[in-house]
Amino acid sequence: MAVNKVMASCDEAVADIFDGATVMVGGFGSFGGLPVNLIAALSRLGVKNLTLIANMGGVGLELSKRIKPGGYQDLGILFEKGQVRKFIGSVPALGGMPPTSPLERQHKEGKVEIEIVPQGTLAERIRCGGGGLGGFYTPVGVGTVVEEGKEKKVIGDREYILELPLTADFALIKAHRADHLGNLVYHGTARCFNPVMAAAAGVTIVEVDELVPAGLLDPETVVTPHIFVNRIVEVSR
Amino acid sequence: MKARLDESTIALRAAREFPDGAVVNLGYGMPGLCANLVPGGRAVYFQSENGMLGYGNLAADEAKDYEMINASDQPVVALPGMCFFDSAASFDMIRGGHIDIVVLGAYQVSEKGDLANWGRPGRPATGMGGGMDLAVGAKRVIVTMLHTTKKGEPRVVKRCTYPITARHCVSLIVTDLAVIEVTGEGLVLREIAPGWTPAEVQDLTEARLMPADDLTEVTL
Repeated sequence: MAVNKVMASCDEAVADIFDGATVMVGGFGSFGGLPVNLIAALSRLGVKNLTLIANMGGVGLELSKRIKPGGYQDLGILFEKGQVRKFIGSVPALGGMPPTSPLERQHKEGKVEIEIVPQGTLAERIRCGGGGLGGFYTPVGVGTVVEEGKEKKVIGDREYILELPLTADFALIKAHRADHLGNLVYHGTARCFNPVMAAAAGVTIVEVDELVPAGLLDPETVVTPHIFVNRIVEVSR
Repeated sequence: MKARLDESTIALRAAREFPDGAVVNLGYGMPGLCANLVPGGRAVYFQSENGMLGYGNLAADEAKDYEMINASDQPVVALPGMCFFDSAASFDMIRGGHIDIVVLGAYQVSEKGDLANWGRPGRPATGMGGGMDLAVGAKRVIVTMLHTTKKGEPRVVKRCTYPITARHCVSLIVTDLAVIEVTGEGLVLREIAPGWTPAEVQDLTEARLMPADDLTEVTL
C-alpha cells in the first residue's frame, strides 16, 4: 500500500513547519507558479525566524496592484507578519518599484538579513542541493560584489567562482496537475523554480489545480517524478 | 528643450539589430517592448528567463493569461512551436552561450562596456535577477536606456559608480539621443537623434565619443 500523500488542506500540509526552519518557495515570484495557498497557510501558522529561499521577495498586496489589476498575493505577507529572519534570492525587492515592499521595509529596520544571488546561480545551487553535488564553478559574478569571499579558479582561459549547494527543510511548490503518487506536470511559465526545489528539500509540499489517479498522467510528459514529492493538496484555482 | 526619442522608438531601434532566426532575451522594463517591434519578415525566437522559448507579442487585455508571462511579469501570446522549461534549464541556455542577443536596461555603461544595471544608492535590497547571467552568457549584449538621469547626469561614463553587473560585456548602447558601439578603441558614435549634433551629445556623455565617419541620424 502506497503512502498517502494527499492532504485535506494547506493548513494540514504545513502544520509541522517549525520556528527557524529553512523553506524554499517555488515559482518566479509574482503570479503563476507561486504556491499562494501554501504561503497563506504558513502565514496563518505564524512560525517565526524562517529562512526563505525564493527567486523574489515579493512586493506585497499594495504594490502588486501596479503590476496586475486588483493585485495578487505573494511572499510579502510573511514579511509583513515578521516571520522571516533571512531571505536568499535574486530579487529581494524590485528596483522599478517604490522602496515600500514588506521585505524592503523590514530590511531597512534591520529585521531581515538578505543574501542576493544571481538567478541562474540560485537555480543551479538548488539543483546541486537536490542532486547531491558539492557545488559548481560559474563565470557569473566575477568582477562584482557576488565574488566577495568566494574561491576563484581559472579554468581554460576564463575566471570562475565557486558556488555552494542550497537545501531546505521544506519546499512549498505549485504544479498544475498531480497524480496520487505525486508525479507532477506544470502549466506555462508557472514551472520556473518548482521542479528544482522539489528535489532539494527534506519535505516537499505541492499545491495543485487538479489531482488525478495514478495512470492518468502521460508518463512521457511528467516533469517532476513522484519521489521528490511528499505531500499534495488540491486547491481550487 | 530638443526632442529626444521615446521609449518605443528606442526599443524599435534595438529590435532592428535582431537578425532572422536569432534567439533573443529581453530584460526587465523597456527591453520588453522589443517583443512587439521585430522587423517584418524576420523570425525571432524570444527566450524568457522564467522558462519559455518562442513566445509572441505582449498580450492584449482580453487575452491575458497570468501563467504565460515574460520576465517583466507581462502576459504574452503563445506561438506555434513554443516550449517551456524550468529555471535551471533556462539558465543553462543563458550561461551556456545559446542566446544570440540580450537587450538589457542599465543605470550606467562604461567606456569599456562594463554594465551597471541592478543596484543603486539607497536601495540595498534590490537584486540583479537574471541580469548577471545574461550579461555574461549572451553572445551579444545590447543596452537600451535614457542617455541621462532625471537630474541630467550622464549614464555613459568613464567608470561605473553603481554596482557592476558584468565587466566588458556591452556591445551596443541605444539611448534617446544616440546609438553607440563599444569597441576595443573606445565608444563609437554611430547614430544620433534627429536635430542633435555630436557635440551636444558629447556634452551629456562623460566618456569620450568618437563620431563614426559614416555617422547618420538614428535609422529605424
